[in-house]
Amino acid sequence: MDPFESIKQTFFQECDELLTDAEQGLLAMESGEADDETINAVFRAVHSVKGGAGAFGLEDLIRFAHVFETVMDEIRSGKMELTDEVAKTLLRAFDVLADHVAAARDGGKVEEGRSQGAYSELRGLIGGEDEEDDLGGGGDEDFGFVPLTLSIEGEEAPGGFIDLDAQNAEAGVEIPATDQASRDELASWTVEFSPKSEMYAKANEAGLVLRELARLGETRVTLIDDTLPPLDQLSAEQAYVSWRIQLFTDSDEASIREVFEFVEDDCNLIISRDRAEPSVAEPADDGLSDDDRAAAASANADLDIAALLARVGGGDADAEPEATPESVAELPPAAPPEAPAEDVAALIARAQSVAAPPAAKPATPAPTPAPVAAAPAAAAAPAAVANAAPAAAASVTIRVDLDRVDRLINAVGELVIQQAMLSQRVLESGLARSSNVALGLEDLELLTREIQDSVMAIRAQPVKSVFQRMPRLAREVADMTGKRVKLVMEGEGTEVDKTVIERLADPITHMLRNAIDHGLEDPEGRAAAGKPAEGLVRLRALHRGGRIVIELQDDGRGINRPRVRGIAVERGLITEDQVLSDEEIDNLIFLPGFSTAEVISDISGRGVGMDVVRRSIQGLGGRISISSEPGKGSKFTMSLPLTLAVLDGMVVTAAEQTLVAPLSAIVESLTPRTEDVHYIGGKDAVIRIRDIFVPLIDVGVALGFRETAIDPASGVAVLVESEGGGKAALLVEAIQGQRQVVIKSLEANYQQIDGVAAATILGDGRVALILDVDALVTTQRRKPAARPSEKRMAS
Amino acid sequence: MTAPLTTSTSPSRELIAFRIGDQEFCVDIMQVREIRGWTTATPLPRTPAYMKGVINLRGAVLPIVDLGARLGLTTAEPSARHVIMVVNQGHRTLGLLVEAVSDIINVTEDMVQPTPDVACDQVKTFVKGLFAIEGRMVSLISLDRVLPEIEAEAA
Repeated sequence: MDPFESIKQTFFQECDELLTDAEQGLLAMESGEADDETINAVFRAVHSVKGGAGAFGLEDLIRFAHVFETVMDEIRSGKMELTDEVAKTLLRAFDVLADHVAAARDGGKVEEGRSQGAYSELRGLIGGEDEEDDLGGGGDEDFGFVPLTLSIEGEEAPGGFIDLDAQNAEAGVEIPATDQASRDELASWTVEFSPKSEMYAKANEAGLVLRELARLGETRVTLIDDTLPPLDQLSAEQAYVSWRIQLFTDSDEASIREVFEFVEDDCNLIISRDRAEPSVAEPADDGLSDDDRAAAASANADLDIAALLARVGGGDADAEPEATPESVAELPPAAPPEAPAEDVAALIARAQSVAAPPAAKPATPAPTPAPVAAAPAAAAAPAAVANAAPAAAASVTIRVDLDRVDRLINAVGELVIQQAMLSQRVLESGLARSSNVALGLEDLELLTREIQDSVMAIRAQPVKSVFQRMPRLAREVADMTGKRVKLVMEGEGTEVDKTVIERLADPITHMLRNAIDHGLEDPEGRAAAGKPAEGLVRLRALHRGGRIVIELQDDGRGINRPRVRGIAVERGLITEDQVLSDEEIDNLIFLPGFSTAEVISDISGRGVGMDVVRRSIQGLGGRISISSEPGKGSKFTMSLPLTLAVLDGMVVTAAEQTLVAPLSAIVESLTPRTEDVHYIGGKDAVIRIRDIFVPLIDVGVALGFRETAIDPASGVAVLVESEGGGKAALLVEAIQGQRQVVIKSLEANYQQIDGVAAATILGDGRVALILDVDALVTTQRRKPAARPSEKRMAS
Repeated sequence: MTAPLTTSTSPSRELIAFRIGDQEFCVDIMQVREIRGWTTATPLPRTPAYMKGVINLRGAVLPIVDLGARLGLTTAEPSARHVIMVVNQGHRTLGLLVEAVSDIINVTEDMVQPTPDVACDQVKTFVKGLFAIEGRMVSLISLDRVLPEIEAEAA
């Protein structure tokens, strides 16, 4: 892959994470739970997005992110009050921001009106101030910009050198002369700044940071070069020098820290307030991305080149932006004449002789100070040592390609099968259970289980990644329908296999749309019903009985049963005289082609919604049900397996074949008594189980393994419940037992087979088929019935 | 993996020859992953007669096609002397049940003769060409069509 593309991809991956964080922060802001740190986090996230966008020249994104950032800045600095209205505007604008990121990634374009609308809204918040041109703050906006004239620079110092020395020396001299009273008003800070080599590696420049710092007030800068080795031991990649700066300013610590914003992770920074406050050392951790820093650094680089090139003399304008040792020469003689300083002088002499050709060598020169003064040895505190780096940045997560994890999971699946085979073989060979081999195998089994669990845990992820898309959806649907919605989400940390998560998004999306579009009343309707104008939708995830349960509950009008029934009759889904329980009526909405919305809207699709939901959940081996109370709301409950890789099954024998029935579908098993089995029309068997008649399906016949059904009394009936709540009894010859099986796809090498969900490999090494209970039940019904849905509901 | 049968421009290539009944067929050696003895397959419901079922190939579910039945020749009652050729067909892997693997033959492209018009349609569908090797006739099988209906049914 093009390296640039790969960097860009990393940027977009980071964007996703940043946007997620930002959205959570914004939601917290909306609900009034946000503290300063939350607001700062949102600001930083947006800022980082902007910074990265700058590096890739994504103009639209930069422009939008900038105005967003400006608003966030106003809020965090307290200039703007965080009202409900502001929070809502920000959330809307955030959606557009996310679209901008998506558009930049996928090469599309955000709808002009939408973007412009949100942009104007944000601008409206800022008010009359024209912030657009104020791009200097982050310094990462515009790559081509000419060095800004900073107040500290001597306008045209001889040779173009930006004479900080003079400035500082002057400051140093003047200090005693300055009005002592005003000095007292200004706090005195001591900043110890020890860059690490990483900082220079990211093309940051200490001199620029110091210059930035000097904008806050008078500075007295001391160069600490104690660790500078003799020239012959000097490594070009290492950082040796640090600075101690005494700063007189009315700015607070945060503002001082902000100067170091881009380098904070890559230096040791101690900011302490002299006299009044104790020294505060803080591990650098600002959550900024490398992109951000890099963006800033490249933007800043220009400034330095001009200054340095002038010094080097004869260097052409395209030379490496890194600092060369040249500027060290400007150290005033007043600097402590210590040995290292002499080495520096030697270094410079060498460097100058070598630097006859323009400094175009790709090697990174020693990270040496840009023009910085060593004021008369003012303070004598020990130098900050660069290698005392805080190890706080150690990462606790790694990114792993999903393919690799899948390969591992497959391998472990095979291991489990092999292990089971081996155990069975040993058992068959007649070895005693107490033999060493058998005991060793038992240990192996335990170990295998543990490995399998651990591997599965790698792929388990919190449902958060799906849930986090929902607030936006809720806002959009609410806007389109003119309803007001509050979405409450719980259990976002509930973990489930990644393959399940990926396929959860669609069903939840459908259900959420339905809940808002169909379930909730409009504000007037709610007022009339005596409910708060804002509808409440609760999305919840939890673990229950080895499955994940997802509930979506609204406090809307509930299912209008007479109307649902009417529509079902109208569409021929049920007959007019059919008696249905409330629950059965509710479940009618899952039938294909059913939509209760009088007007088919964009939002809820074309009446395929709940049917699609049910089918995709069934596809995951899950089930969905609804409970509804008129006037109070509805609750959808989905229950899904935690993983698609293993399944708890009942191993049965039918037509001499070993088959596996998913345990989740099984209600009970029983031995049929001949007097309980009846034949409708002399053909289709039904069995009476506690006074309820359910179809009795001979599995061997249903799968086409044999022509005639076995005598029910000679087999075992397994009562299963299909997704619609319909029950049926599967007739098999025998039940072998219950075990966890590894699911193997049939489609990978062959194709889907009706009635078979997948395959697995049993302990004897043979392939066994996993029954698709729902398909078996519905196929059976479809066969004799002219109207399958009628039959389905009738059960 | 694409079928080298159609894309190969190399003048010489190796083929694996095998027997079904009294006829000899061959496929490109690059398509054959391994050859293994017959093990009892788990039958699949509602599948054509030439689908023998599925077996466990080191943890993967491998469908087995009775190639003789597929070609409309003989339906094999598999025994221990039958072999399964594990072949790659597109992105799938499947097993072909044949009576025996007989030879590895080296051929050049110009040795391939087009299938004469006499062959019945079913055979013509699968046979891409003929070779004369030491007086025997060997038919080159195109694997692409062994399970052609998969895409349509799976869709």
